Amino acid sequence: MTTATEVRKPVHKSSPGAARHPRRPGRIRRVSLPYLLLLPALVLELLVHLVPMVIGIVMSFKELTQFYIRDWGSAPWSGLDNYSMSVDFNAPVGEALLHSFLVTVGFTLLSVALCWLIGTAAAICMQDTFRGRGLLRALFLVPYALPVYAAVITWVFMFQHDNGLVNHVLHDQLHLTDKPSFWLIGDNSFYALLTVSVWKGWPFAFLIVMAGLQNIPKELYEAAALDGAGMWQQIRRITLPSLRPVNQVLVLVLFLWTFNDFNTPYVLFGRSAPEAADLISVHIYQASFVTWNFGTGSAMSVLLLLFLLVVTGTYLLLTSRGRRAADV
Amino acid sequence: MRTIRAAAVGAVTLSLALAATACGGGSSTGGGSDNSPKTLTYWASNQGASIAVDKKVLQPELDKFEKRTGIKVKLEVVPWSDLLNRILTATTSGQGPDVLNIGNTWSASLQATGALLPWDAKNFAKIGGKDRFVDSALGSTGAEGKDPAAVPLYSMAYALYYNKQIFADAGISKPPATWDELVADGKKISAKGKSVLGAEGSNVAENIHHVFVFAKQHGADFFTADGKPDFTNDNVVAAVKQYVDLMAKDKVIPTGNAEYAQNQSVSDFAKGKQAMLLWQSASSNLKSQGMSEDAYGIAPVPVQSGTPGTGAQVNSMVAGINLAVFKNTDNLDGATKFVKFMTSDAEQKILNTAYSSIPPVKAAQSDAAFTAPANAVLKDTLATSAAALPQVASESQFETTVGTAVKDLFADAAAGRPVTTDSVKAALQKAQQQMPAK
Repeated sequence: MTTATEVRKPVHKSSPGAARHPRRPGRIRRVSLPYLLLLPALVLELLVHLVPMVIGIVMSFKELTQFYIRDWGSAPWSGLDNYSMSVDFNAPVGEALLHSFLVTVGFTLLSVALCWLIGTAAAICMQDTFRGRGLLRALFLVPYALPVYAAVITWVFMFQHDNGLVNHVLHDQLHLTDKPSFWLIGDNSFYALLTVSVWKGWPFAFLIVMAGLQNIPKELYEAAALDGAGMWQQIRRITLPSLRPVNQVLVLVLFLWTFNDFNTPYVLFGRSAPEAADLISVHIYQASFVTWNFGTGSAMSVLLLLFLLVVTGTYLLLTSRGRRAADV
Repeated sequence: MRTIRAAAVGAVTLSLALAATACGGGSSTGGGSDNSPKTLTYWASNQGASIAVDKKVLQPELDKFEKRTGIKVKLEVVPWSDLLNRILTATTSGQGPDVLNIGNTWSASLQATGALLPWDAKNFAKIGGKDRFVDSALGSTGAEGKDPAAVPLYSMAYALYYNKQIFADAGISKPPATWDELVADGKKISAKGKSVLGAEGSNVAENIHHVFVFAKQHGADFFTADGKPDFTNDNVVAAVKQYVDLMAKDKVIPTGNAEYAQNQSVSDFAKGKQAMLLWQSASSNLKSQGMSEDAYGIAPVPVQSGTPGTGAQVNSMVAGINLAVFKNTDNLDGATKFVKFMTSDAEQKILNTAYSSIPPVKAAQSDAAFTAPANAVLKDTLATSAAALPQVASESQFETTVGTAVKDLFADAAAGRPVTTDSVKAALQKAQQQMPAK
């Protein structure tokens, strides 16, 4: 805390030697420069991330209904009312939120597991060189590269009851069902959503695992082959353990993306999703935008944020501890 | 040294600029002003077959307005799927258009936010007085006992559109006047391999419009006189069941329609696949889809028995679009002038003709353009047998919750699950529980 005295020291006009033997004010300037240059990024980070988050948290303690949204500073504080309403699982609002939460958990687990399984399997199959490998790799990445809206709206057309491709194949051509099924309403909507989500998500898993595979030394496989290990054993004993750090990040990222996914269910089902596919992101959107109760919507968002923080923290703690143990 | 200083100054300036622009929004939370008298922003709802059609209809009129007053109107046509969200966002931020179209059923809900300029006697005087407008249209401009939140712009009503050829082939001589007749005609039409009646089962707003009318025909209302939700009374349950039964029991609505939400039923009708359609002011829409005006007839929506009228004989909602002024406008005078222009007799004739709607302005309504048979049915319905949707603050929540309940019931019917009085009641019970407590 000597800056104050330093600043008061007389400032000499800089002479040619000043640069080599900087006087103190110059040093302050030099020390502060990196921070000044960081300032725009910091301000942006505050504006884009932290301020909206804090505002959201503040909103969750207010009774922000249609009567107050015009001047939401005047909305009365409601204490923990929004929260107690959201977690009162015996009342309709809490019950619906819990149902939506459970649907989302089930959906996310299935989707992440399938994305990982398909992505890893495909990456391992693409490991050996063969003709057309580049083409296949590019083809596999197409769903990931397509804009979400364009891709999902195409699925909507395919899932249509009367003219959709899915019913045409399953019912008209393969005769697997007695009558055409509904995919966008009712219970089947869960499977429709899962299909689209996996279709959209597995190329990312494929890409990451493929990158991870490049780092596994060929010698390991050669040595294993000499020792008489078959393909399955090679995958189990070499590939999967070597991919561990990659998988750790991949699964977490897939989990967070899938759990929070808004675009896919919104484009598939519109603003009121069928109960079987009532994902929490759309549910919260509906709680705030459609019923105009932004306080409750914010409280639900904060709860979701807390849940994801806990899951992420626990996951990182467990996996990093596991890795440390493995390293020893 | 100089470049370093320049970089530092640049960094600080950039940060300040960022902070300033971010905080700049939402500053104008006061009332209206006349700070920018030369421009107006106008959000129009999508009335024509497409947004491009709307621009073509509206732009010449806006040019006319500019010529007369010197005020330039910036037009944006907002699709229905976005309009309410856009209005809510504008309300929250205080940054919105000067003048905007709203669905007339939203009037009371938006009125409660306080975002729209109330049309008291003084404001009405500026546009020629309240009694220029038809009463039924004024009934959908806000809660009773409060100054209207908007003025009527276009009026519409539901009618039964029927395909003349399919009717002739099935040996039906006149359109059904009661639901029983419609179901009986449906059997003849199905026998010819055509589908009978279209519906938009996944369109929440359409569902509401229909069950509202059915409730009226059962002598019931969704809200009590003092504005409390009353979704589970026996008559409301019977009304909702009767509508869903058109698919579940009577089989006149094809099960595939349960997932319709993008006006596919209008296309089905225009393509001649389906015999009947319940729609509001469909003529221009059908024309744009290539159906000639001679190919279909227009009749009043069926009732339980007898002829359409008031009370239990109601057969349509008062559908329509209202024009509102955003309270935060910075050109209050210009906005009022624009409303006066849009509701003038001459403009009303031009616009309502283009959109095949009925003018809510009395003087314009008597024009020859609105006495053609197609419009006569709509005009008659509006005048004698249409009722306004509940003008309560929680109307938009009602549309969402009950509309979704009906959507789920249609999904049940489509999947072949039974739709019973109990299941309808349970769905409505759930909808009622989701309504705001206050």
